[in-house]
Amino acid sequence: MTKMHIKLTVNGKAEELLAEPRELLIHVLRERLNLTGAHIGCETSHCGACTVEMNGKSVKSCTVFAAQANGAEITTIEGLGSPDALHVLQRSFREHHGLQCGFCTPGMITRAHRLLQENPAPTEDEVRFGMAGNLCRCTGYQNIVKSILAAASEINAAQEAAE
Amino acid sequence: MNDLSPSREERIANLKGLGCSRKRVEDVRFTQGKGNYVDDIKLPGMLQGDFVRSPYAHARVISVNKEAALALPGVIAVLTAEDLAPLNLHWMPTLAGDKQMVLADGKVLFQGQEVAFVVAEDRYIAADAVELVEVEYEELPVLTDPFAALESDVVLREDLEGQSAGAHGPRRHHNHIFLWEEGDKAATEQVLDSADVVAEEMIYYHRTHPCPLETCGAVASMDKVNGKLTLWGTFQAPHVVRTVASLLSGIEEHNIRVVSPDIGGGFGNKVGVYPGYVCSIVASIVTGRPVKWVEDRMENLMATAFARDYWMKGRIAATKEGKITGLWCHVTADHGAFDACADPTKFPAGFFHICTGSYDIPVAYVGVDGVYTNKAPGGVAYRCSFRVTEAAYFIERMVEVLAIELGMDAAELRRINFIRADQFPYHSALGWEYDSGDYHTAWDKALAAVDYAGLRREQAGRVEAFKRGETRKLLGIGLTHFTEIVGAGPVKNCDILGMGMFDSCEIRIHPTGSAIARLGTISQGQGHATTFAQILASEIGLPADSITIEEGDTDTAPYGLGTYGSRSTPVAGAAAAMVGRKIRAKAQMIAAWLLEVHEGDLDWDVDRFVVKGAPERFKTMKDIAYAAYNQAIPGLEPGLEAVSYYDPPNMTYPFGAYICVMEIDVDTGEHEIRQFYALDDCGTRINPMVIEGQVHGGLTEALAIAMGQEIAYDDIGNCKTATLMDFFIPTAWETPNYTTDFTETPSPHHPIGAKGVGESPNVGGVPAFSNAVHDAFRAFGLRHAHMPHDHWRIWKIANQLGLHG
Repeated sequence: MTKMHIKLTVNGKAEELLAEPRELLIHVLRERLNLTGAHIGCETSHCGACTVEMNGKSVKSCTVFAAQANGAEITTIEGLGSPDALHVLQRSFREHHGLQCGFCTPGMITRAHRLLQENPAPTEDEVRFGMAGNLCRCTGYQNIVKSILAAASEINAAQEAAE
Repeated sequence: MNDLSPSREERIANLKGLGCSRKRVEDVRFTQGKGNYVDDIKLPGMLQGDFVRSPYAHARVISVNKEAALALPGVIAVLTAEDLAPLNLHWMPTLAGDKQMVLADGKVLFQGQEVAFVVAEDRYIAADAVELVEVEYEELPVLTDPFAALESDVVLREDLEGQSAGAHGPRRHHNHIFLWEEGDKAATEQVLDSADVVAEEMIYYHRTHPCPLETCGAVASMDKVNGKLTLWGTFQAPHVVRTVASLLSGIEEHNIRVVSPDIGGGFGNKVGVYPGYVCSIVASIVTGRPVKWVEDRMENLMATAFARDYWMKGRIAATKEGKITGLWCHVTADHGAFDACADPTKFPAGFFHICTGSYDIPVAYVGVDGVYTNKAPGGVAYRCSFRVTEAAYFIERMVEVLAIELGMDAAELRRINFIRADQFPYHSALGWEYDSGDYHTAWDKALAAVDYAGLRREQAGRVEAFKRGETRKLLGIGLTHFTEIVGAGPVKNCDILGMGMFDSCEIRIHPTGSAIARLGTISQGQGHATTFAQILASEIGLPADSITIEEGDTDTAPYGLGTYGSRSTPVAGAAAAMVGRKIRAKAQMIAAWLLEVHEGDLDWDVDRFVVKGAPERFKTMKDIAYAAYNQAIPGLEPGLEAVSYYDPPNMTYPFGAYICVMEIDVDTGEHEIRQFYALDDCGTRINPMVIEGQVHGGLTEALAIAMGQEIAYDDIGNCKTATLMDFFIPTAWETPNYTTDFTETPSPHHPIGAKGVGESPNVGGVPAFSNAVHDAFRAFGLRHAHMPHDHWRIWKIANQLGLHG
């Protein structure tokens, strides 16, 4: 199968690769770029374990072709924080027990990150609605919602203090 | 002179031991996307396996033509039953004493059954090759109904023809697997015949699926140079997998290393051995390269172990005052095409005979008929200890039906029948010894917390308002008091494939006072790395933060039976406590030598041994650990390590009181959960934060099961629910907030009194949600309606009761 030349920026780093037209973004991220944070849970866009950011939007990378990501800016969980400087959401999920098996967590946090860009001070209902594309089998969501609301408060408080 | 600061309280806090809501150590990795799940494993030269699966539920396989697939560049092999037969691996034993085809041997028995295994350079080529394998089928009549299967001339399991007995006794029909009975049938029937009141009902606990977010998978790597096979996979019981792999393959057990890496949820789905594991191993041996197989979601839902599917016919007898006098139950259990239930060997219906529940019932009988049908095999304990969910649902529905029959309040009916606190240890009519409990206290606390009397008044007012045409919403109050049986189990009667169901913990204390401990269990999200360290911290006086916990690598961890059936805390948690006590016993000898006193002159105090009457003279565990490695102590070996294998004397019996308050829209069938109160008693509480998280998660799985989740088939055996579009998993939007609460009745036989909690919310949650639906319609004559209670089915209840005018 003829391969396509694809350039994309992942977590701030320029990447170039040849991919089949049918190759999925999640496979490029996980198998070519060794970014295994985003997971595959259903391959039909339902579970959200594969959620990454593409050009400022949350996408389910199991149903995005690599070719569609040509020229795109991608952020994955690996790009959100570093071991020495965790993202507020990463800290908050731990603080509020917003995860158990960890399989949905990278998608959850990546989606929550975008949600808080879209709506920096969401209500509980808005968090629940905004996160409805990401399934979790372990937590029952209560502590995920708590983690996100707490992170939003912390970010907003920090911004107010800075202003 | 030793410094007496920090204070005792500060030293206790510093340990982060029992009772502390310690933050989870696992989360540091998981929140950064640095978990290591099976599909994250990438080895040099690794191939990808994929299955050709049957589109038919029952058919003869006339031929399998691999030519076109093998001709595709990048395809390395296509395995069929014919290829596995010379190795005797075309069939494999199941955990339930039956056998199962690894690849279709002459016929297929359920839709999605594995027919051929394609091995290719990558997943895309493998998927292409699957399409190129040509299989010719001849359709056979399909049996999806277990009652019809027991009457039919159609023989599903031709391989068993002429075998009038199976692993669990006589088979009375060619589609019959076993009849398993417990209790006194004659005495129970006598009580039923002469009772004031008998309530009778058929209660179906529908087929569903654990559906962990991570599907099942494995990576097999046969190293032909040193003869070692390494198998990574989604295994809830890695040590048993090693033993089974050795017995099946003939590779000596020391040459097999099984590793469970991080597991993305299990819920019972990852207990069994699946054809994908076997085929990956064979493919690695054949090709000499590592082979990965990871099923997709459709494969997981269609073919990998289902749960439940119990038709439970019940009869419950009582006096006219409501005292229960007897319970009778017959189950028709649909096991699918092979009996692959994951139960302790001697219990073909698991611990279903806990079905007398929380009640003091003098006489009872239960019989379970296992039946073959053209559905996927399984029958695993989905967030459940071996059919305990079915049992709890059965009794909690039967009590509600009896309350209707008696015209009594269901909370009061429960109260007058509870086993009293002074009756423990309590011997149930079906043979269990309940270790401890205080049901009345829990029940009263729960009813008070929700203002039960006030809710009933509101409900009565709502019914009147509905009748006057002022509202179209009804109010349901769903009650449950469940008793679980977990922590399998005593080796004398619990084993899996002959392996006793003990568990283990091994610990090494390092010279500087930190430690590594390994256990025979494996976390799938339960947070073992956090909580087992807490048990050890309290026992050995070293901070939990200084104790690394490892599980899941059979080359390093001691043998154990794994994590399922809420057994990790009751069994491996007990082993952790016991191994800590061994360490402390040696530490005491070292401290005595260092302090130049007799061992008996020392007291243990949080993290140190103190000379009696001389509090300034002590040695901390940190001091002792160092001494163990740098002092020549007469009569003592150097070092400080120990191992403990714990064989529990009994199961543990967690219980709880759950109340669900639900609004139901009569015209749309939609529901809204207004309040859910969950009181759990899991004995000693190790980490309240983790317990609460487990309860939230288990309740949400219960919500799914009760309100919409099912594995459904059409008449010709097509699985209608094989994607997450059709198989209901609640999102954050549908899921309510829960209120958690507790009482604490320690287990008298467990070293720290802990009972296990992970499955309680699923066991108790399903009847609480379901009873709320039923209760909403009780005033209009509803007695029983089968789950799942999705909007359509609730609408139908309302319609059949004539509520749509």
